[in-house]
Amino acid sequence: MSRYPDLCLNPKECVCQEMGTVDPSIFWALLFKGAFYGMKKREVGEKYCLSGHPTLPCNVLKFKSTTIMLDCGLDMNSTLNFLPLPLVQSPRLSNLPGWSLKDGNAFLDKELKECSGHVFVDSVPEFCLPETELIDLSTVDVILISNYHCMMALPYITEHTGFTGTVYATEPSVQIGRLLMEELVNFIERVPKAQSASLWKNKDIQRLLPSPLKDAVEVSTWRRCYTMQEVNSALSKIQLVGYSQKIELFGAVQVTPLSSGYALGSSNWIIQSHYEKVSYVSGSSLLTTHPQPMDQASLKNSDVLILTGLTQIPTANPDSMVGEFCSNLALTVRNGGNVLVPCYPSGVIYDLLECLYQYIDSAGLSSIPFYFISPVANSSLEFSQIFAEWLCHNKQTKVYLPEPPFPHAELIQTNKLKHYPSIHGDFSNDFRQPCVVFTGHPSLRFGDVVHFMELWGKSSLNTVIFTEPDFSYLEALAPYQPLAMKCIYCPIDTRLNFIQVSKLLKEVQPLHVVCPEQYTQPPPAQSHRIDLMIDCQPPAMSYRRAEVLALPFKRRYEKIEIMPELADSLVPMEIKPGVSLATVSAVLHTKDNKHILQPPPRPAQPTGGKKRKRASDDIPDCKVLKPLLSGSIPVEQFVQTLEKHGFSDIKVEDTAKGHIVLLQEAETLIQIEEDSTHIICDNDEMLRVRLRDLVLKFLQKF
Amino acid sequence: MDPECSRLLPALCAVLADPRQPVADDTCLEKLLDWFTAVTEAGSSLLLLQENPCLVELLFHVLKSQDLSSRILSFSLRLAGIFAAQEDCFQYLQGELLPMLFGEVGPLGGAAWTAPAVRSGWIQGLRTLAQHPSALHFLAACGAVDTIFSLQGDPSLFVASAAGQLLVHILDLVMRGPAEGRRSPQACDWPACAQKIVGHIEDSLCSTDIPQVTQALSVLTTAFGHCHGLWTQGLWVRLSPLVARLLEKDPVPASHSLVDLLLSVARSAPSSDRDLWETLAQTLSHLSPTQAGPLALGILKLQDCFIHRLPKDRRDSWSSPAQSRAGFILRTCSAAFCHLPSGLTLWILGHPVPQVLRTQAFGILLQPLACVLEAAAQAPGPPGLLEGAAADSMMVDTLLSSKSACVGLLCCALAHLGLLQPLPQRPSPWPQAPLLGAAVTILRLCSGSAAPTSDVGGRLCAILVGCGRVQRAALDFLGALSQGTGPQELVTQVFSVLLEYLVSPESSSMVLKKAFQATLRWLLSSPKTPGCCDLDPHTQLFLRELLPVLQKRLCSPCWEVRDSVLEFLTQMTRHCGGQAGFRQALLASEVPELTKQLLRDPESYVRASAVTATGQLSSWGLCATPAIPECPGAQQESLLVELLHILSTDSEGFPRRAVMQVFTEWLRDGHADVAEDAERFVAGVLQAASRDLDWEVRAQGLELALVFLEQLLGQRGSHCPYAVALPETAPPGVLDQALQVLCRVQLFEFAFRALFDCDRPVAQKSCDLLLFLRAKAAPCGSSQEAGDSPNVASVEATLQRWQAGEQGQPLGYLEPGAVVALLRSIDLEGLRDTLAESSDHVEKSPQSLLQDMLAAVGVLGENEADCY
Repeated sequence: MSRYPDLCLNPKECVCQEMGTVDPSIFWALLFKGAFYGMKKREVGEKYCLSGHPTLPCNVLKFKSTTIMLDCGLDMNSTLNFLPLPLVQSPRLSNLPGWSLKDGNAFLDKELKECSGHVFVDSVPEFCLPETELIDLSTVDVILISNYHCMMALPYITEHTGFTGTVYATEPSVQIGRLLMEELVNFIERVPKAQSASLWKNKDIQRLLPSPLKDAVEVSTWRRCYTMQEVNSALSKIQLVGYSQKIELFGAVQVTPLSSGYALGSSNWIIQSHYEKVSYVSGSSLLTTHPQPMDQASLKNSDVLILTGLTQIPTANPDSMVGEFCSNLALTVRNGGNVLVPCYPSGVIYDLLECLYQYIDSAGLSSIPFYFISPVANSSLEFSQIFAEWLCHNKQTKVYLPEPPFPHAELIQTNKLKHYPSIHGDFSNDFRQPCVVFTGHPSLRFGDVVHFMELWGKSSLNTVIFTEPDFSYLEALAPYQPLAMKCIYCPIDTRLNFIQVSKLLKEVQPLHVVCPEQYTQPPPAQSHRIDLMIDCQPPAMSYRRAEVLALPFKRRYEKIEIMPELADSLVPMEIKPGVSLATVSAVLHTKDNKHILQPPPRPAQPTGGKKRKRASDDIPDCKVLKPLLSGSIPVEQFVQTLEKHGFSDIKVEDTAKGHIVLLQEAETLIQIEEDSTHIICDNDEMLRVRLRDLVLKFLQKF
Repeated sequence: MDPECSRLLPALCAVLADPRQPVADDTCLEKLLDWFTAVTEAGSSLLLLQENPCLVELLFHVLKSQDLSSRILSFSLRLAGIFAAQEDCFQYLQGELLPMLFGEVGPLGGAAWTAPAVRSGWIQGLRTLAQHPSALHFLAACGAVDTIFSLQGDPSLFVASAAGQLLVHILDLVMRGPAEGRRSPQACDWPACAQKIVGHIEDSLCSTDIPQVTQALSVLTTAFGHCHGLWTQGLWVRLSPLVARLLEKDPVPASHSLVDLLLSVARSAPSSDRDLWETLAQTLSHLSPTQAGPLALGILKLQDCFIHRLPKDRRDSWSSPAQSRAGFILRTCSAAFCHLPSGLTLWILGHPVPQVLRTQAFGILLQPLACVLEAAAQAPGPPGLLEGAAADSMMVDTLLSSKSACVGLLCCALAHLGLLQPLPQRPSPWPQAPLLGAAVTILRLCSGSAAPTSDVGGRLCAILVGCGRVQRAALDFLGALSQGTGPQELVTQVFSVLLEYLVSPESSSMVLKKAFQATLRWLLSSPKTPGCCDLDPHTQLFLRELLPVLQKRLCSPCWEVRDSVLEFLTQMTRHCGGQAGFRQALLASEVPELTKQLLRDPESYVRASAVTATGQLSSWGLCATPAIPECPGAQQESLLVELLHILSTDSEGFPRRAVMQVFTEWLRDGHADVAEDAERFVAGVLQAASRDLDWEVRAQGLELALVFLEQLLGQRGSHCPYAVALPETAPPGVLDQALQVLCRVQLFEFAFRALFDCDRPVAQKSCDLLLFLRAKAAPCGSSQEAGDSPNVASVEATLQRWQAGEQGQPLGYLEPGAVVALLRSIDLEGLRDTLAESSDHVEKSPQSLLQDMLAAVGVLGENEADCY
């Protein structure tokens, strides 16, 4: 595949064609003997924002003729509008009353159910997809994945938009992402629901509904969950990459994943050309948890830093939250209650299990069973132990001992932690209370967690502890009201907070920062907290869903390689100290976004005879070259010179780009600008030549 | 000097003078100097030198030797100074030795001068030497003062500091001479030496070199702090214009030293010195808010030190204990009025610092808080919320300039006001309510729960949010404010913000500890319901909200947090354990049960605190609910068993010590379970304690034994050692019975074993206990005859072996008669006196020192001496 840039050469424009030639008089270059040349060029990068969720981003970057999608996160908050999918028949849920309009019209009562003053859609949960209308997604060349949470919309993009490109991601991202998708599909497919609600989505009907259904946006685009087949197809388009690996995209752009310190295999991306560098920072962490530490140094000298995926709970310190989690867990269990932890099957759960490993003995909880229930529980626990190269140093060194890097191996060995694919089967035989259960899904709308909410919700001895920050815990709990069990909110979000961002930006000093609009102002509920926003100079540029943003830099140079033999033939002249110029006559060869100046083809040897040479046979180097000019014309001195040469009645006007010298008597204009001088006189060639010579006196020639 | 020392001295001097013989260490030389100081204080130095010519020879030798170590040279300079402190000896040495030691021909001009130890020895030698007029002439003649000037800027801080102090000493000596009575405060007729020193200080004050200004200010601070002659007034009159000129510079140079000086002058100057108050006022207004804080606090505390303003001779004349006590009271309590026994009424009835100055100073301390209050106010408040401390723009600029400036300023202001709060001379009226408001506001800004509407408030919030240092300072201050009252609305806010901090997971363990301390102070100072000793309804409500927090915190993974909660709980129970409201709330919660669970905490500090807390809860009948309803004692007994188990098995000392303290308290207070069978209880505890490896546990065991003794035999007499009282003996019947009990619980075996304990405090305590017992039992002659029984003889033999360190053999059962006989036969007083001496008293003699030093270099031939 080859792509042709729209070159804009200074001082004059020309359209560059493959194997085309460039008039040497219009091509100037700074000389670095035998090396590379920069060519001035103007192009603006563009960013299309397809997701309004700052931690589940989906952006498209158009940069140097490539179209790069940065992450494809899936916003699952839409599922909160739906009734939970119970794994075991729930009389309470199935007997919820249908909702009817104020006037008593009950035509929606099959689709909408009411629970404790909230209205829910009684249907298979649906997800809010990234924008598909803003840009033709079939034109996307590549998709870069930053972590496994930010790839959940991948099947929707790769399978339904005509996408033909490549997806780049690290191996842990792919493997754990697959687990998350598999779990999601499993949770939804194993509770088939005959009914599918669509009436409520009608715009005229929707505005009659109570909040939050009334305010839900773009419900018509909400989609059901993908299938495993689509997942497999999507994942097959992924090409695995390693940290710091340089990937060439069509010769135009190089992309490189860097460790972001947030999750196993999580990455930030550097997208750079020869003269521009864009850093994409998404879901990064500076905390010392299990993943490899964040690579900050490589982010330096960025023209633009796109910053997304910061902590969703900037006021909660993860350490404090872990402490809170442990305290509440111990308190509940000591009182004979059970603890339910709705969670994802990977990520923070590893850290929680590690903390509990250290805590349970000291808190006298050694006899309390810990259950981890997920269709992918076993794979998740095992995967975490085999990705040694993606782990932090401490855990890596354990592998060489050899010991399992995560202590949950020991918890499993000692039977303190048991894992099951579902509540059915072995679990029901082993189940004993009081206990601690880790299970999904954190939205409380599907998965085994629904069963435990129904089972334990009635007793105030039990506690549900929310650790995942992705969902509002109050909204998650809404369909379970009235609820007697205690609810504790300990969101553990290890991603960067604003203090860390501030330090990071001071460290890497990007020229411009681009971020979601949510980060440029304090949270609405805490409008006085000006410390909870990005504070940088120049102020960050913000974007929102369905918005196109021109990136705040102009691409000015293009790299062109000069063949060594051509470079050898150049004879630079020093026009001022340290600056040398040489004229080049060459053929510009452009292919796959690489530009090479080659020596012009040698003239064909005359085949004898005295065949008359034709003008069209001229080759560039045979042409008589006009000297090149440089320097500037000092207007005052020029006017004095004109006066010396007999011109009177001279008037000088300042223009935006320079000056106009008006010879009123001769009805002649001399337009002097930074890079051009025009003499405009009517049919008086003598005068023009005279004036030209006067102009030339002020310029250097070579 | 005793003959043996005289005999050893020549050899020692030879060793010191020999560069090939390394002297053991500096400590020996210091001890040697101390000894020579003591010897010269007790007698004539001249005689000493004449009787021991080796000393002068040593000094001469030091001067000649080129390769002596710097510490021997330094030692010799100091030694010479000690000898020359007496004027006749000075004359004796002056001819040749002193000029060579301290003059330009001595070390001063040589290579040895590069060693800081030598320069320090030179200064200290002169400092000791300069005690008489002859010394002053000598100093002038050898040009020492100029050298001291240069040493003020010495790279060694010790040397530089000593040089400054020496200057002050010389100045004081010059001015305090025989002519002092006639010496006018006017500087014009001062001696040349004084003029020279003061001239140097003047030059330094005018210098543009800040270190030089600092040196001059430090010298003056020392002078005004330590010298009390009238001449200091003259000195201030002469130098105060130069000091005032420093204030004209921006920024004010050496501001810290300037503040120290002004406070030193203020403490020593007469109260009528208007110029001084003027200077202080100017300084307050010129210094930056951060620099002015310590000065403002110093001004407001001035009353605390008014005793120093009495003329020295009058203070020195307070020789009687009564007068000294009066002085002590004055110094510490700042009593407003005092009549001395001599009939002299002290005229200093509080420091007459002008009220205007005090208001200005107080305003400076209040300003940062006023700024915060103003910035965080939801609506424009009444003007002058803190009277005289309206927030000015300069203060706002300082607060907002950087995080460190803001935090530093607020912490200083809070600490200063916290120090001022309990003082009797604190400004009156004390703005309790605005200060409470400010403390609450700062805490809310730090937690992010304040919602200031102003721009300044928003920026303050951004700076302060999550700042632990300010949180700690504000909580300390809030705790200090609990001593005053406040409007109920504010008190409610105080409890609300304290609860916010106690609940917040974001509170660090240190912040949490401070929050608990402040909460305790507020709870204990909260008013009681009229006509009832119970907590008021607000406190009751607060407690109900607090207990769930305590429950959660007791389960915290952070041991410091668990420990803080237990400490809080112990204190709360100690003070409120009898109040129905508290009891009801506590028993309704799971706190007692969780506290008991922490007896098995993996962290020993927490276990110790849990022991204390459960002990306290149990004392008030607040321990966890009995497991078996029909046996109310079952749970309590199990606690006793559990604590005994900890005492016997815990691997760490802290929990075991805590158990002993709880048991002692239980025994003293007559805890129901202990009282039930005190004999068995004491026997069990003493048995466990006697085996303990921790001396504090054993000592606490003796404390418990003493309590038991007192319960059996009656209280000990007055603790005052000077009280004249005859020992109260127990009636014979009671005594016999008591001795029977004591024998049964094996208290004597425990006490005798402790008497020969390798840890002196244990032995001392045991000795006191046995002396008490003997005093109770002595007049009783019923057991006289038992003294010769074979039982006693064998016990004495055992005790002798114990004393020799062989404590393996048990004492066996003792008859009460044998015990009394033993008490008589053992020289307990002698033992007590021996134990009262420091452990090195045997080896502390100068003779031992000399022998050690000689032995260290092998001169004595055998190395028998003990080591230090």
